[in-house]
Amino acid sequence: MDSPAVEVSDLLKRYGRTTAVDGLTLRCARGRVTAILGPNGAGKTSTIEICEGFRPPDGGTVEVLGMSPGDPALKPRIGVMPQSGGVPLTMRGGEWLRLVSRFYAHPLDPDALMERLGLSEHARTPFRRLSGGQQQRLSLAAAVVGRPELVFLDEPTAGLDPQARHACWDLVGELRGAGVSVVLTTHHMDEAEKLSDHVVIIDHGRVVAEGTPAQLTGAERQLRFRARPGLNLDEVLAALPPGSTAKESPAGHYIVEGHIDPSLLATVTAWCAAEGVTTEDLSIERRTLEDVFLELTGRELR
Amino acid sequence: MTTTALDFTPRPGAAPLTRMVAAQAVAETRAVLRNGEQLLLTMIIPVLLLIGFGRAPIITVSGPRIDFVTPGVLALAVMSTAFTGQAIATGFERRYGVLKRLGATPLSRAGLLLAKTLAVIAVEVIQVVVISAVAFALGWSPTGNPIWALLLLLAGTIAFSGLGLLMAGILRAEATLAAANLVYLVLLGIGGVVIPLTDFPASVQGVLHLLPITALTTGMRSVLADGAGLPVGPLLILLAWAAATLALASRTFKWE
Repeated sequence: MDSPAVEVSDLLKRYGRTTAVDGLTLRCARGRVTAILGPNGAGKTSTIEICEGFRPPDGGTVEVLGMSPGDPALKPRIGVMPQSGGVPLTMRGGEWLRLVSRFYAHPLDPDALMERLGLSEHARTPFRRLSGGQQQRLSLAAAVVGRPELVFLDEPTAGLDPQARHACWDLVGELRGAGVSVVLTTHHMDEAEKLSDHVVIIDHGRVVAEGTPAQLTGAERQLRFRARPGLNLDEVLAALPPGSTAKESPAGHYIVEGHIDPSLLATVTAWCAAEGVTTEDLSIERRTLEDVFLELTGRELR
Repeated sequence: MTTTALDFTPRPGAAPLTRMVAAQAVAETRAVLRNGEQLLLTMIIPVLLLIGFGRAPIITVSGPRIDFVTPGVLALAVMSTAFTGQAIATGFERRYGVLKRLGATPLSRAGLLLAKTLAVIAVEVIQVVVISAVAFALGWSPTGNPIWALLLLLAGTIAFSGLGLLMAGILRAEATLAAANLVYLVLLGIGGVVIPLTDFPASVQGVLHLLPITALTTGMRSVLADGAGLPVGPLLILLAWAAATLALASRTFKWE
């Protein structure tokens, strides 16, 4: 049986007195898309850069495609998209992709890849004159041009407009279809939910939850509605079956959880009628990954 | 965005080293030739100095001025490319994560350094051709064995590359930019490039002779102007600088 794409055990990374990665363990399956989610400073980039062989760990073990991250024999097998930069400012987009393609034995056609990512018109534009989104796409192209088995994408859609983001998602889907393993970091919950087979939520350098998007969001459904802020929820809670919860978060947005059935819906709307409240956007939904994420990592800004 | 059929099925493999190094060397050479500030340092200033000091009676030397000035300007050309240009370019490559990004490709660090060296030599070849052509047009008549001159230029290239990489590997990119230009100007002034060393007080001449630029200018001059054999002293000074700076750089160089 093949070794996993990435296997990290008890990973430790410190910068001076700051512990960026604190006993992190994760496994990314071959041929699957794994999303690493976490707030800023959670240790996402440190973890991914250790896997890419850019920095040594201070403890724990890391195996990438069954090899040590620094192994030169690993280099042709992985593709890397850094969070930003990595390209000489004066080099033209097309030249950079062509150069990178020359490092591999069986590269994709750089021109076709440029065209695919909507970069053909900018092939002769120096990197520094490309927009942020164009720079990101060029970086993505360089990560896959060598036909790797595994690609690491560090915030691949940061700064992309909606069209470019969808193009990136399509590409990731196609990589997965071709049997490429993908490990990506992201802040976008919808991205993780849409793209990945496996989601790992990390915070303070540790894994706080992992599973498929469905496992993480659970089967439980919620009743959500918007109304004027400051409604007294105690009354409706008294009328609801035991075990139900109701909260206002953020102001004016109400969430009722529990066994969501027609009678619960009737109770809530009856209470609204009694209060003289007209609700907006009343809906019954599954929890989103964002809810799970905020629950696990808190709401405070970092 | 169109949907060109692209086969992403993994087919990993590194290209042969020669192809990787050649591709990187061509890219680096192109970057130098396209960069206006670098061309000023590598081509325009040397040629202007050659014409100015070769024609105008600014300095007093025995023999034709152009025969004195040309070897110095050739040495300056090597310094501008191997040291100043390379230090600045490498500093900014580190700053913008290019060295790090290349580290994730199959191109090894040794391969990258080899490519940089080849790019430096390619630019130097162009410089030597241009400067020699202008010098010949101004009546330059070199003597001596050109092999010794080429050997000196090569040793100078290694010494100045070591110095440039040492600087680029430890200073911030902006500091490297400032320091590399400053060192270029100072060494241009005191290294016997166009101003004869004999114009300096005897007390400092001994120290000046130990500088890599002085070793290169005096060595080049003794071969091309005086027809001397292999200048062992200057060559040893250059090799000592090369060994010291490369050893230090290999220990201190930060790739990101």
